[in-house]
This record gives sequence, C-alpha cells and structure tokens, in this order.
Amino acid sequence: MKMTGTQAFMKCLEEENVQTIFGFPGGSVIDLYDTILQQDKIHHVLVRHEQAAVHAADAFARVTGGVGVALVTSGPGATNTVTGIATAYLDSIPIVVFTGQVPTALIGNDAFQEVDIVGITRPCTKHNYLVKDVKDLVPTIREAFHVARSGRPGPVLVDLPKDVMNSMINFPDKKPVEMRTYKPTYEPHPGQIEKACKTIMKAKRPVLYIGGGVILGNAHKELTEFARKLDIPVTMTLMGLGGYPGTDPLSLGMLGMHGTYFANMAVAKSDVLIAVGARFDDRVTGKIDEFAPGAKIIHIDIDPTSISKNVDVDIPIVAGCKQAMAQMNKWVDACDYDIDAKKAEFIPWLDQIKEWKNKHPLGYVDETDIIKPQFVIQKLHEMTQGDAIITTEVGQHQMWAAQFYHFNNPRTLITSGGLGTMGYGFPAAIGAQMAAPGRTVIDVAGDGSMQMNIQEFATVMQEKLPIKIALLNNGYLGMVRQWQELFYDKRYSATPMEVVPDFVKLAEAYGAVGLRATKPSEVEPVIKEALATDTCVLMDFVIAREEGVFPMVPAGKATTDMLLV
Amino acid sequence: MKHTISVLLQNKPGVLSRVTGLFSGRGFNIESLSVAQTIEKDISCLTLVTRGDNAIIEQITKQLHKLIDVIKVTDISDTDYVEREMALIRIKAEAATRAEVLRIADIFRARVVDVSQKSYSIEVTGSHGKIAAVTELLKPIGIQEIVRTGSIAMTRASKKY
Ligand SMILES: Cc1ncc(C[n+]2csc(CCOP(=O)(O)OP(=O)(O)O)c2C)c(N)n1
Ligand SMILES: [Mg+2]
Repeated sequence: MKMTGTQAFMKCLEEENVQTIFGFPGGSVIDLYDTILQQDKIHHVLVRHEQAAVHAADAFARVTGGVGVALVTSGPGATNTVTGIATAYLDSIPIVVFTGQVPTALIGNDAFQEVDIVGITRPCTKHNYLVKDVKDLVPTIREAFHVARSGRPGPVLVDLPKDVMNSMINFPDKKPVEMRTYKPTYEPHPGQIEKACKTIMKAKRPVLYIGGGVILGNAHKELTEFARKLDIPVTMTLMGLGGYPGTDPLSLGMLGMHGTYFANMAVAKSDVLIAVGARFDDRVTGKIDEFAPGAKIIHIDIDPTSISKNVDVDIPIVAGCKQAMAQMNKWVDACDYDIDAKKAEFIPWLDQIKEWKNKHPLGYVDETDIIKPQFVIQKLHEMTQGDAIITTEVGQHQMWAAQFYHFNNPRTLITSGGLGTMGYGFPAAIGAQMAAPGRTVIDVAGDGSMQMNIQEFATVMQEKLPIKIALLNNGYLGMVRQWQELFYDKRYSATPMEVVPDFVKLAEAYGAVGLRATKPSEVEPVIKEALATDTCVLMDFVIAREEGVFPMVPAGKATTDMLLV
Repeated sequence: MKHTISVLLQNKPGVLSRVTGLFSGRGFNIESLSVAQTIEKDISCLTLVTRGDNAIIEQITKQLHKLIDVIKVTDISDTDYVEREMALIRIKAEAATRAEVLRIADIFRARVVDVSQKSYSIEVTGSHGKIAAVTELLKPIGIQEIVRTGSIAMTRASKKY
C-alpha cells in the first residue's frame, strides 16, 4: 500500500500496539501532527514541556512494562528531551523518542532549529538513528522498538527529517526484527546456575540483593519463590523496591546510603551475596572495599558490562533475571539437599537480623504540633492500603517515600534512581495515570522539585487526570540542606527557598484542587478528602523544616558507618 | 598493560564516534586508532591500542561489544599476532648528511618516496618499536615532518595441521 512517511509512522506505532504518545509540536513535525489528527487509534497527550513528554513516556513504560513513546520537534524540542532520555537511560527504561529534523538537504547547514540530536544523545541512548531515506523508515522504527525493549532495555531515539516523512513509500510487510550484531542472552548457563546454587547451599548467612532488573525483567514471582523456598532475606535497591513484598518478614527494605540499619548490617556480614538485576552503584555500596567483605558474590544480570564492573564477582550469570531465578528454583526443587535442614541452619542468621531490626528499626521522632514527613508517608500507605502507584521527585521526600511506603508490588514505585532527576515525578504521574486509569497515582513531591515541571498542571487538567500530589513542603532544597547541615557546618548556601509560591493557590489557578495541612491532626482529613476527589489534588503538607533522612551512610564511607536517627 | 583490540563493526555513519565517545565518556584511553573497510563493504575493521589492568580491559571489550553496531571484539594481545605501523618521515638531507639518511633508511628497510635538494621523504613500516628506533636515529639529522598511522594487527594463522 502506498502512503506517506507520516502515515507509515502511525502504522508502525499501531503495529507496536502503541495507544498513547506524549509530545509537543513544531515546524519539523507539523506534517506528523497533521496525520495524528486524521486518526483515532493513537491518543496524543499534549505536554507543556518536552522534558515532561519523555518522563511521561518513561513512566508509562515503567507501569505497563511496554515501550513508552514521545514525539517532539527539531532543535529546542529535541534538546529539551535530553534530561528525560538520560533519566530513562540510567534506569534502563524502554522508550522510543521521535524527534523531527530539518529536511535532509539542510542537515549540516546550521538550518533554523537544526541540532545534531543524534550526536547529542549518543552517550545517553541505548542506540539512536537518523533516517535519511524513506525506505529505511519502517525497518528503523521496528528496530528501534526491538532494541528499546529487549535485553537490558533503554531509550532509543529516532531522528526524522521533514522531507523523509513527506515522501511516499510502499509499507513493507511485518517480519521479525533480525539483527546481526545484537542478540541478547536470556537463558542462563546451566553450569553457572549449578555453581551458584551449590554455593548458596553451603552458605550460612546468605542475602539476596535485588535491583531494578527484577522489575524490568518481570522476575518478582520467581524471585519471591526462591527467597521463600530457602528463607533467604531480601534487600532492595531504590529501583528494586516492590520486587519483593516490602511488608514480608524476609524483607530488609532498602540498602545503601539511606537504607535500613539491618539491611546494611546483613549485607556487610553476609557470606553469600546474591545480586539479582542490581549494579553495585556507589549509593548502594558506599566504600567499595568494605562492601560485603566476607561474601562470595553471585551476580545475575542481563548486561555483561554490569558484571565485575564495580566489584569482583565470584559467580557471574549473564541472563534475564526471570529466566535465571526460574532455573535456580528448578535446581533447588530437584536437588538432593535436605531443604528443611538447610532452612534450619539459617535460623541463627535470621535471628541475628531480627536482633538488628529490633535494635534499630526504621523510625523517626514523632511530634504533636508539627508534621513529620515520615508520618505523612505512613498515612498515605495506610489510607491507600499500600496499593497506590507512587511517583516521586528527587530529594528527601523521595527517600522517605522509599523507606516508609512499604512497596509490596512491582511497578508501583516510579522514581528516578540513577540520574536523580528533580522534576521527574509530576510528569511521571501523568504517564502512570494514563497507563493505569483506575489506579490511585500519587506524586510524592518536594517544594523544590515541584517547581521544575509545574507547568504540567495544564496537561493534567487537559487530560482530566485525578493525580494526587503529596507535597512535603520544607521550604528547602532539603536533601542538599541535610548535607550542608551534616558536613558543611550548617552553611545553607542556596538551599533555603526564600520565595515559594502558594502551592494551594497555584493548583487552583490551573483548575485543580489545593489542600493544606499544617498540623499532624490535619494530615488524615486532607488525604481523605484528596482520595475522595476525582480531579487533580495538590496536598501541601507543611512539614518539620529541618528533618533529616536517616539512617545515612556519608558518601564514600563504609555502609556499616551509619548515622542513625 | 598495553592491549591491541580489533573491532569489526557495521560501516554506518556515526559508528566511529560511538566508539571514541565510549572511550572518552568512560575515561578509557586510546593510544592509537586505525580504521578501514574490510572486503565486505558494509563492515569496517577498527584496531585500537589501549592500556589498562585486566579489569579495565575486560570492561573495554564488554562495553565495545555492547554497542549495537559492533559485530566482534577481539583482544589481539591475547593471541599470537602481527602488528604493524607505518610512518612517512621527511628528513633534512644536505650534502653532508644525504648518505647517512640513506644508510639509516636502508638498515630499517625503509623506502625513499620523495626527494628534493634539501630533503628525503621515507616510508617505514614495522612494529611500534621499530618506528620509534628510526625516528630516534633520524632526529639528530633533522626531521622536518612526520606522519604516522595507528597500529593495525592480525592474529597469526594456526600452525597446527
Ligand atoms: C535537576 C536537578 N538539579 C539538582 C539536583 C540536586 N538536588 C538533589 S535533591 C535536591 C533538593 C530537592 O529539593 P526538594 O524538591 O524541595 O526536596 P526535599 O529534599 O526538600 O524533600 C537537589 C537540589 C537534582 N537532583 N536534580
Ligand atoms: Mg524541599
């Protein structure tokens, strides 16, 4: 069938079952937008800043497990996506970003709104493409989706010159994408599985350390089965939260810089550490030489470059987390070891962990007249039965959400872990709510971050999304202030928010609802009212200004050197 | 330690910049780089010389392999291999030194590729060490210009029957 490039583009999206795209128009994509208008299968969400389009597409992917799609114009439209792309890259999120480009004849001429976006995004995409000939358009789009979602997922950018999109082509038949140079490994090597399992069978103090790979690889069921089969305690990275039920007795919660005392102690004293879809990030390991010093390390990851990058690994397993955990379950089921005897051997270890838990549980000092942020998160957890999708901005509020909203399910914490992008949470809430229309979606926000993509109120209202924002308002760039308090003698350079908008009025200005709580007794009524409201509500919680996030491992220190509450 | 790594890659626009960007972005160093088409016209062969301990070299080869356009990565230094560089050198050659220049060229089996009244230009091929040795000897006579290629390298064929 003969059609234009723009029509072929839409058909490709249909092929990939894309129903929602996030974008912002401009000269180079005006023809594409004209084509969007002539169809009704794909819903276009008009954001108010291109960065938000990418964050929304990214969150859409995180919630659904599919590929998120963003569409923007050339030049400034394209450069505005870079933070969003880098955010997705560091968290391995499958998205495809389409950018308009000036006509091929003008490329390289410093034409109006021309930038080399393929060059700019080369280091922060999994792969990217410039389509120079319309006959390459469809195969390139198919390949882009394939690359984004397979192996270790990641963002892919496709640059679309205006003339290419206006050329005519015969739409080629769909066939499976075959790439000579790219074939990810999913199935683990049986020999390595056996080695790993035998090592675990000899362990006395094993710990599972799981990361975002468990969620991206849909491995939570297999992983949970494995942990419970052998009674192995599980700690999660920020990206791994929800990969194992947070309220389960075997859960140690998060580890690392703001991890729990007992998670960090357990890892430090473990004799076998089973890393699943995690990458030994510096926020997790602290001082690398003192991270799990006595442990044999088993590392399961789909990306070979993650293995032995930061720590030496004893047993590497290159595989999908789901496939590897399934094989390990099988091995344990079929092995000759007495599993009950093995579990009995772990009892002293679990008792030790219990002792650590009792000694320093996750906590905070409650007060009667001032709202503690942790209390707000606890209330949110309680009043949503732990069943909401929580997006976050970046800062102290993000850590409190991670610590106190005990995530039980995968794909329910949507947060920028690797890049730590302030301004992520609000547009991410848009993507999350579009992906899960019936669910409660709450952006846990800080007063600083909230102002980084505040314009997205307009998008939320246009799409009539019932997103809730829980703003933990401390009047500071709190996380930086905390470092200044602890390590810079309270020299609060550029962290007090000397001018803040009235967030309640601001919400109202966009037609959303604004509520405020200044006392602990007001927290519950405000949340109750917000949850009962079917439009967007911003809850402005005026919190203890100088509350800190604890435990804390100072940067570069060993993870057992924790500052406690 | 010095490693010579051979990379087969798709001959596509921007692919070289993916490789060099990887090195600069991750703080690996490149001592020399040389790239050209293979007999398959859509595949290029890139030879690069780098330095690092085993962990770094392992990361370099894995990271290279992870690039979507890369077909094959071989650490040639792990094998028995031949390695060559080439240099074009213009040397001041006046009456007193003309013979000396030719003698040195001869010793290193270099060829004279251009002659003028005041200079010789020679072409010399060999290992990195050999090229360094020639330039060292010619320096006192007066090198006017030198252009060098990066290394290229190839694993020796198996001698087993
Ligand atoms: C785009 C961006 N700029 C700067 C930072 C550095 N940074 C990390 S947390 C933080 C403070 C965030 O303040 P706020 O949103 O009010 O959250 P709080 O820590 O007060 O809860 C800053 C500035 C960042 N992470 N992202
Ligand atoms: Mg703040």
